[in-house]
Amino acid sequence: MAKLKVALYWAASCGGCEISILDIGAKILDFVAGAEIVFWPCAMDFKYHHVEAMPDGSIDLTLFNGAIRTSENEYMAKLFRRKSKVLVAYGSCAYEGGIPGLANVTDREGIFKRVYDTTPSTKNPKGIRPQTKTKVPEGELRLPEFYDTVKTLAQTVDVDYFVPGCPPTGERTWEVLEAILGNNLPEKGSVVGAGQKTVCDECPRTKNEKKIKAFVRPHLVIPDPDVCLLEQGIFCAGFATRDGCGAQCIQVNMPCRGCYGPPPKVIDQGAKIVSALGSIIDAEEPEEINRILDQIPNPIGYFYRFGLPYSILRRRVIK
Amino acid sequence: MFEPKIVCFLCKWCTYAGADLAGTSRLEYAPNGVNIRIMCSSRVDPEHILWAFDRGADGVFVGGCHPGDCHYQDGNYKTLRRIELFQRVLKQFGLENGRLRLEWVSAAEGRKFAQLMDEFTEQIRALGPIKLGSRKGGQDGGSTKKEETS
Ligand code: FES
Repeated sequence: MAKLKVALYWAASCGGCEISILDIGAKILDFVAGAEIVFWPCAMDFKYHHVEAMPDGSIDLTLFNGAIRTSENEYMAKLFRRKSKVLVAYGSCAYEGGIPGLANVTDREGIFKRVYDTTPSTKNPKGIRPQTKTKVPEGELRLPEFYDTVKTLAQTVDVDYFVPGCPPTGERTWEVLEAILGNNLPEKGSVVGAGQKTVCDECPRTKNEKKIKAFVRPHLVIPDPDVCLLEQGIFCAGFATRDGCGAQCIQVNMPCRGCYGPPPKVIDQGAKIVSALGSIIDAEEPEEINRILDQIPNPIGYFYRFGLPYSILRRRVIK
Repeated sequence: MFEPKIVCFLCKWCTYAGADLAGTSRLEYAPNGVNIRIMCSSRVDPEHILWAFDRGADGVFVGGCHPGDCHYQDGNYKTLRRIELFQRVLKQFGLENGRLRLEWVSAAEGRKFAQLMDEFTEQIRALGPIKLGSRKGGQDGGSTKKEETS
């Protein structure tokens, strides 16, 4: 059998998803036995024009990680859609926008102002900002355009499968690769490499009735390792997050931050978190309720940490 | 003149009955609200409110039984806490808090319901048509289609 042609690409991402491919360990040998890597900028020397020269539909599988925030990201998403039979949004950023998606609480100008102007370590008296075109004696230099809004891969092109996780765990990634190598593909549009329940179902801690009088930030306490973190007042997003990660963070006393995205049938993870927290906060008077809520300093940052572009409202209103 | 679109989630045991009373008493009030009867105000998930906004509502009204009177004992306290928290989230999304309103209206308070509808309609009229990031901010003008998860 001819080897499958596989491409891997990173758009607006941190590189963690690239590492997670290596997390499959020695199975990487089984992977390359069945697959030929035709593009992987993180690890191998290919150029964009190599992909452009390939016939349309000639790549069997592209694992695309990272969100779409620049014209370059968008161009590559469209290019890989054209060239690939199966396009997978790999990791939280491609699937839901991820950490880069938190930029949707502001816009390009807000980000540029911060980065090139108001950060304490920046000295930029001429107010220089990146330009898409710059004339220099040698000719014209070009940079991709930076968009106001970070989007998911599926908001940009048609996507076949979604693999959640920041990053996806090695075992789950291998399950996905195995399914693809064995031509054992689920229904188009499915979330693969994850479960059908929530992280609470995988969490080994004991759970009792929850009544929260105060929230504490995780670095200020040493939590009891056997009791539900939420019951200890530590905000944990496990109840509104898809399972599949093996509750790894929770097992080292860190709360779930929600990277596997909403569980099946839920679109807006943040709304579900609001709903659940509303049930368990132990107060009935508005003043007391608000005193407790003041202990959550940045609700969007907590509730939409990995999925702001994927959420129903997607971004802050641009005035 | 701008006519606001308003979605009202009203609990069956109190506010919806109050709205019924307003009707049977032939009270006149602003017709901008579309009433949706739910079993308890706590059935309103913040996701429902987002859907309403995303699909064109300029305002969302949630009506429940007075504190202590919820047919399911403490449902309305959950609603209160959710709405308080959700207002903080909406503010970060750049939405005016005046677009979402929670009120307690009993089955006997038809007049109060009618007054609240007039008041809330004017409140939304003053805020103007809703602007959302999902529709205005994206490079594509934003479609609301989401990928289906299995
Ligand atoms: S039944 Fe009316 S608020 Fe619960």
